[in-house]
Amino acid sequence: MKYFPLIWAALGRRKPRTILTGLSIAIAFLLYGMLNAVNIAFNYGAEMSGVDRLVTTGRYSITQILPYGHAHQIRSLPGVSSVAASDWFGGYYQDQRNFFPQFAVEQEEYLGMYPEIVLPEQEKQAFFSTRTGTIVAKTLADRYHWKVGDKIPMQAGIWPLKGGSNVWTFDLVGIFDTANPKDRGQYEMMLIRHDFFDEARQFGTGTAGWYVTKLKNPSAAGTLAKLIDNTFANSPNETRTDTEKAFNQSFMKQLGDIGLIISSILGAVFFTLLFLTGNTMMQSVRERIPELAVLKTLGYTDFLVLALVLGEALLLTLISAVLGLTMATLVLPWLASQLPGLSGLTITLPTIYGALGIAVLLSFVVGLPPALRAMRLNIVDALMGH
Amino acid sequence: MSEAIVSLRGVTKNYTRGKQKIEVLQPLDLSISQGDFLALMGPSGSGKTTLLNLIGGLDQPSSGEVNVGGQRIDQLSSRALAQWRSHHVGFVFQFYNLLGVLSAEKNVELPLLLTSLSKAQRAKHVATALEIVGLADRAKHKPSELSGGQAQRVAIARALVADPTLLVCDEPTGDLDRKTADEILGLLQTLNREHGKTIVMVTHDPKAAEYATHQLHMDKGSLIEQSANT
Ligand SMILES: Nc1ncnc2c1ncn2[C@@H]1O[C@H](COP(=O)(O)OP(=O)(O)OP(=O)(O)O)[C@@H](O)[C@H]1O
Ligand SMILES: [Mg+2]
Repeated sequence: MKYFPLIWAALGRRKPRTILTGLSIAIAFLLYGMLNAVNIAFNYGAEMSGVDRLVTTGRYSITQILPYGHAHQIRSLPGVSSVAASDWFGGYYQDQRNFFPQFAVEQEEYLGMYPEIVLPEQEKQAFFSTRTGTIVAKTLADRYHWKVGDKIPMQAGIWPLKGGSNVWTFDLVGIFDTANPKDRGQYEMMLIRHDFFDEARQFGTGTAGWYVTKLKNPSAAGTLAKLIDNTFANSPNETRTDTEKAFNQSFMKQLGDIGLIISSILGAVFFTLLFLTGNTMMQSVRERIPELAVLKTLGYTDFLVLALVLGEALLLTLISAVLGLTMATLVLPWLASQLPGLSGLTITLPTIYGALGIAVLLSFVVGLPPALRAMRLNIVDALMGH
Repeated sequence: MSEAIVSLRGVTKNYTRGKQKIEVLQPLDLSISQGDFLALMGPSGSGKTTLLNLIGGLDQPSSGEVNVGGQRIDQLSSRALAQWRSHHVGFVFQFYNLLGVLSAEKNVELPLLLTSLSKAQRAKHVATALEIVGLADRAKHKPSELSGGQAQRVAIARALVADPTLLVCDEPTGDLDRKTADEILGLLQTLNREHGKTIVMVTHDPKAAEYATHQLHMDKGSLIEQSANT
C-alpha cells in the first residue's frame, strides 16, 4: 500500500497526542480482553458439563435440603447408573478471602461419574478408606502449599460441628488434576466425604443438598429427569431435576448475568472512547486543512483524501487493539491467580476477531466526520486560510 | 509564435457574499504560448490568484471557456479535474506548502503516488527532480530543517516531478530575500529555457518579472497590457 507512509506520518504529526489516544484505546481493549476471558471461563464450565449427568435439587431453590431417602429411590429407577449425594460445605481456609468451593460428596459414586477428575489410584483408595480424608485440586494445593499428609483446618461457614465448634480438620490424602488442563478452572475445588460430614455436623443429618445421577444412556436424560420429579411429586420434598449443564447455567444466573454486566461495562468504556478519539481526530484534521488542500491541489481526489483520513483512524485503532490484547495476554495469568475457579483465562480467537471488528467499527464512527470534512474541503478557500 | 497552450475566452469569476455579488474577473481573454514564461503583475486584490487558479484547474470560472493543452477544463467534474491536474499542472506557492511530517523526497514523491509507477521508478524520478533543483543532498531532510530557499526548491521539484505541461507559481519568491529570490527565479528560467516548461508566475516584484519572457498586468479584474520582455 503506497499511501501507508503518508498515513503513518500523519499519525506521527503530534506524537504525544497520538500516543495518549492510542493508549486510551489500548486500555479499553485490555479491559475487553480481560472481561471476555472471564466471561468465557464462567460459561466454559456450563458448556463442558456432562450430558450424562442429572442434578436433582429441591423444587423451589437449590438451598432447599432433601432427605437422604431420595438417593435410594432414585437409584432404584430404571436407566440410572449411580447416584451421589452432595452438599455445599461453604467454609474457608484461614481467611474469608481464600475462597474456593468445597463439596461433601459420596466419594466412590462421585469419582465414578466424574472421569475427568484424575488422581493416583493409591490416593483414591486412601480417600475411600479415610473418613476424615479430603482431596483437593492441584491448583489449590499449589496455591496454599499443601501436600499429601497435611492436616487442613477449615472454618465452617454454614455447618458447625456437633458441640458447636466451627473448625473442621481434614486429612489431605490426595491431590487431583483434570484429564484436560482446560477443565482445571471448572474443578478447582476441595472434596470431603459426605458420610463423615453428615455424621459430624450439628444439624441437617440425614439430608443432602442435591443428588447427582449418572445415566446409563445420555439420550434418556429428558424422560428420566421427569421420572425423578414425578416420583417425588406431592411429597413434602418435591424436586427439580435438570441436566448438569442446565443446572450450572441456572446457578450462574443466580450469581448475576455476567454477560450483561460485562457488555454494560464495555459499552460504557467504548462510548466514552468515541468522544475522546472522535475529538482528537477532528482536531487533527482541522490543524491539517492547508496540508489536505495541498494534496487536493496535487490531484488527490476528494475520495482519496477521505480514504486517507479514514485509514489514519483505522491504523490507530487497529494498532491500539493489538496492543490492548497483548497487554491482556500478559495480565491474564495474574488475574487468574486472583480469581479462584477461573484458572483457564485466555484470549480466544473469537475474542480477537471481536476486537478487530470493534476496532474497525470504532475507526469508522470516529473517522467518518473528519474524513467527510476533509473530503468536502474546498481547495481555494483552504489555501487562502479560511 | 507557437501554438497556444493556454487559452481563455470570455472568462469571468464572481463571488457572492451574502446578497452582494463581487465581480472578481471581468470578461477576459488570454492566450499563452507553449514555452512562454509569463509574469502576471498587478495590485493586491486585482484577481491574479483567481486567474491563476482558473488556469491551474483549482477553480471553475463563472462563465467562459478555459482551454489548457488542447482540453477544455472549465466543465470537468471535481474528480476529473483532480486527475487532470495531477497530469498537467505543477503548483508552486508563496509559502512552499510542503507537508511538515514528510522528508523532502517524500514530499516530492506525493504526485507520483497517483501514478502507476513502481516504487523504484518513483525513487528515480524523485532523485532526478531533486537533482534539477540542486537539492540531491537534502533528500532526507524535513521541511523544518531547510532554509526558505531550499524549501521552495523542494516545492519546485514536487511541481516538476510528474513532468507537467504547465508550471503555475503564485508569488514563489514573495517570502524570500533578494539573493535567494534571484536563485529561485534563475532556476525557473532554466526550467523554461532548457527544459521547455511553460510557466505562469504571479509576482509583485518588477525585478522578478524581468526573468519572464512576457509580462501581463491586471487591475480590478481586467488585463491591461501584454508586453514581451526582450
Ligand atoms: N473565495 C472567495 N470569496 C470571496 N471573495 C474572494 C474569494 N477569493 C478571492 N476573493 C476576492 O477576489 C478579489 C481578488 O482576489 P485575488 O486573491 O485573486 O487577488 P490577488 O490579485 O491575488 O491579490 P494579492 O496580490 O493580495 O494576492 C479580492 O477582492 C478577494 O477579496
Ligand atoms: Mg494572490
